[in-house]
Amino acid sequence: MKVIRLAVVMIVILGLGYPLAMTGISQLVFPHQANGSMVYNDQKQAVGSELIGQSFESPQYFHGRISSIKYDGAASGTPNYAPSNEEMIKRTKEEADKWLAQNPGKSVGDVPLDLITNSGSGLDPHISPESARFQIPTVAKTTGLSNQQLEDLVKKHVEGRVLGVFGESRVNVFKLNLDLHKLIQTKA
Amino acid sequence: MGNATLQFLLVLMLLFVVAVPLAKYLHLAFSKETTKLDRFFSPFEKLIYRVAGIKNLEETGWKKYSVSLLFANAALLGIAYLLLRLQNLLPLNPGKIANMEPTLSFNTAVSFMTNTNLQHYSGETGLTILTQMIFVTMMMFTSAATGLAVAIAVIRALSSKGKTIGNFYQDYVRAIIRILLPLAVVVTLFLVAFGVPQTLDARTTVTTLEGNTQNIALGPVASLESIKHIGTNGGGFFGVNSAHPFENPNAVTNLLQILAMWCIPAALPITYGMMVKNRKQGWVLFGTMLAIFLVMLTVIYCAEQAGNPALNKLGFSSAQGSMEGKEVRFGIPLSSFFTALTTAATTGTVNNMHDTLTPIGSLVPFGLMMLNNVFGGEGVGFVNLLMYAILAVFLAGLMVGRTPEFLGRKIEPREMKLIVIALLIHPLIILGPSAIAFMTHLGTDAISNAGFHGISQVVYEFTSAGANNGSGFEGLGDNTPFWNISTGIVMLLGRYVSIIALLAVAGSLTQKQPVPETMGTFRTDNATFGAILIGTVLIIGALTFFPVLVLGPIAEFLSIR
Repeated sequence: MKVIRLAVVMIVILGLGYPLAMTGISQLVFPHQANGSMVYNDQKQAVGSELIGQSFESPQYFHGRISSIKYDGAASGTPNYAPSNEEMIKRTKEEADKWLAQNPGKSVGDVPLDLITNSGSGLDPHISPESARFQIPTVAKTTGLSNQQLEDLVKKHVEGRVLGVFGESRVNVFKLNLDLHKLIQTKA
Repeated sequence: MGNATLQFLLVLMLLFVVAVPLAKYLHLAFSKETTKLDRFFSPFEKLIYRVAGIKNLEETGWKKYSVSLLFANAALLGIAYLLLRLQNLLPLNPGKIANMEPTLSFNTAVSFMTNTNLQHYSGETGLTILTQMIFVTMMMFTSAATGLAVAIAVIRALSSKGKTIGNFYQDYVRAIIRILLPLAVVVTLFLVAFGVPQTLDARTTVTTLEGNTQNIALGPVASLESIKHIGTNGGGFFGVNSAHPFENPNAVTNLLQILAMWCIPAALPITYGMMVKNRKQGWVLFGTMLAIFLVMLTVIYCAEQAGNPALNKLGFSSAQGSMEGKEVRFGIPLSSFFTALTTAATTGTVNNMHDTLTPIGSLVPFGLMMLNNVFGGEGVGFVNLLMYAILAVFLAGLMVGRTPEFLGRKIEPREMKLIVIALLIHPLIILGPSAIAFMTHLGTDAISNAGFHGISQVVYEFTSAGANNGSGFEGLGDNTPFWNISTGIVMLLGRYVSIIALLAVAGSLTQKQPVPETMGTFRTDNATFGAILIGTVLIIGALTFFPVLVLGPIAEFLSIR
C-alpha cells in the first residue's frame, strides 16, 4: 500500500508540481523562448518559428534541406535510410541533378551535401553557408536581384560557431528568406 | 579536425569542472551521518515519508532492499500502464490524443520504468500534454533514482562491514529530492533561456512565407528534456528526440545536454573512491571508462567525417562528412560525440539518426551498448563496471594462483556465480530474441532497409532494449505486438536480473571479514589493474558479440566500400 502512496506523491511532485512551476517561471522570465521563438510580421501575425524549418518550393526563395515530412511541424522524422539504401542513393542523385541543371558547369562534387540530404529531424532550419551561396545564381535569376546583393544578404545571415568553437557555421533559411522577401518587395 | 579535437577537449574539461564537485555532493547527500544538507532537505523528505506512510527508515539487508525496490517499481509500472490506457479521458489533452493500445502501453510503461525509454510511439501523436508530464517526466525521475539508489547501496556495502546495505526508500527519496530535482530545475531554466519551449499549449499554427499553413507542436518540453539527460533516460518529447530543433535548438543546448547526461555517471566512480576511502581506485575506474570512450569517439568521428562510402564512390562531396540524418547546427563532431556518449551512458537520446550512420560509425553505438559499462546508465552502469572489476580480480587471481580479493574481501564461488549470471543474461537477452525475430515474419517484416543493414536494425533494437539504452535504428517498424512484447520482456530482464544479482553480491561481500592488506595483495588501484580491467571488458564483453557485428555493420561496410 505504501508503495502506491509513494507513487502518487511522486506523480504530484514530479509530474505536476515540477513541470507546472517550470512553466510558470519560464512564461514569466522567457516568454519568447518558452512559446517556441515565434516570428511575427508587421501585422503581428505569426509567420513561423525561428527554430523550425519551413518548406520553400518557389525558385525565388532559398531552399532548405530535404524533408521527407515536408517540414510538417506537427510531426518530425526522416525515412531513416541506411547508408547502403538504394532509394537514398537514387534520391540523392536526383536532387543533385536538379541543382546541376540550374548550375551549368558544376559537377556532382560541387553540390554541398547538406543541400541534398534529409536532415535528422525533417525540420532542420539551417543549411551550410556553402549551400546558401550555391543557390545565389538561381535566386538572382528569378528575383532579378544582383549576385552582389544576394551575397551580402547571405553573408549577413551566416551564424558562426558558438564562441567560435562549438557547432558549425550555418544559415537560417527562414530568416534569410524573410529578408529576401522584404528585399524583393522594396525593389518592386 | 583541429576544431573537432578542440570541441572534444573543451567538453572534457567542462565535465571535470562539473563532475568533481558533484561527486563530493553525492558523497554528502547519501552519507549516514547528519550533514548540513539535512537541515535544508530533511523537512521535504519527512513530509514525503509521512504522506506515503513510510515509517521505518532503518537499514536493511540486500533482500529487503531488493524487495522494496521491486515493489516501488511495480506500483509505478501499474499506475503508468493505467495512465497510458486512459489518457484520452484525462484533462490536458488539447490534441485529442487517443488511449494507447495494450501492447504499446505495456512496452512504453516498462520502457520508462527500466530507464530504457525505447519509444515505439511518436511523442507528437502518441501522448497528451498530461501524460508527457505525469507519466514521462515523472518516470524519468523515479527510474533514475532507482538506479542511483542501487549504485549507492552497492558502494556502501563495499565500504562498510555488517549485515545491512541501506534503506531503499531513503536512498530513493534522497536521490530525487537532493540530486535529481535541484539539477533538473537548473538545467530546465538554462534550456528555456536558450530556446527550448515550456508551455502547456500542444501546438500553434502559422502561415508560412509561401502562404501555407504550418502546424507546430509544442508543450512542456524543457522540464522533460532536463531530467531526460540528467537521469540518463533518453526518451524524447518529440519523435526525433534531441535532433528536433525544439528539444535541442543549438550548440549550447547540445553542450548542456551532453554535460547533463554525463555528470552523474562520471561522478559516481569518484564518489565511490571517496566512500571506500581509496580515491585512486575511483580514478582508475574512471580512467578505464574514459579510455574506452575516447577510442570509440575517435572511431565514430573519423568514420562519419569520411562520409558515406556509397556516396563518395559516386563522386559526391565528402567535405561535410555524412550528412544524411544529421542536423547542420551540430555537424559531424557534435553528432558523433552525442552518439558515442548517449550509448556509453545508455541514455538513448539522439541528435542524429543512428539508422543512417555509416557502417563503421554504427559499430560504436553497437559496441558501447554491448559493453554496457563505459560510464553506463544512472548508477547501474557503474555497478556493471564494478562487476567487471571483480571479475578481473578473479581472473588475475586464478592466473597467479591466489585467492582473489577486492577491497580486502575474498571473492568466493557464491559471488562469482551471481556475477556470471549478471554477465550472461546480457548477451542472452540480445542474441536470443534477435534469432527468434529473424526466424519469423513477425520480426523480419519490420525491417525497412534491405540486406545486411536489416540484420543491424533487428540486433540494434534488442541491444538497445537489453542495455536499457532506448535509442533505435528507427526505420524498424517496431510498433507491433511482437516487438512491443518481446522488447518489453527484454527490457525487464535487462534491468532487474542484474540489479538483483549485484545487490546480492553486495549483500554477501559486506558480511565478509576484511582481510588485512599485505605485500602480496593484488592491488586494484594502479594502471596495471586498469589495463587488466580493459582487457577483461573487451574480451568478455566484446567477443560475445563479434560474430553478429560481422553479419551486420561489417558486412554492410564491405558491400558498399
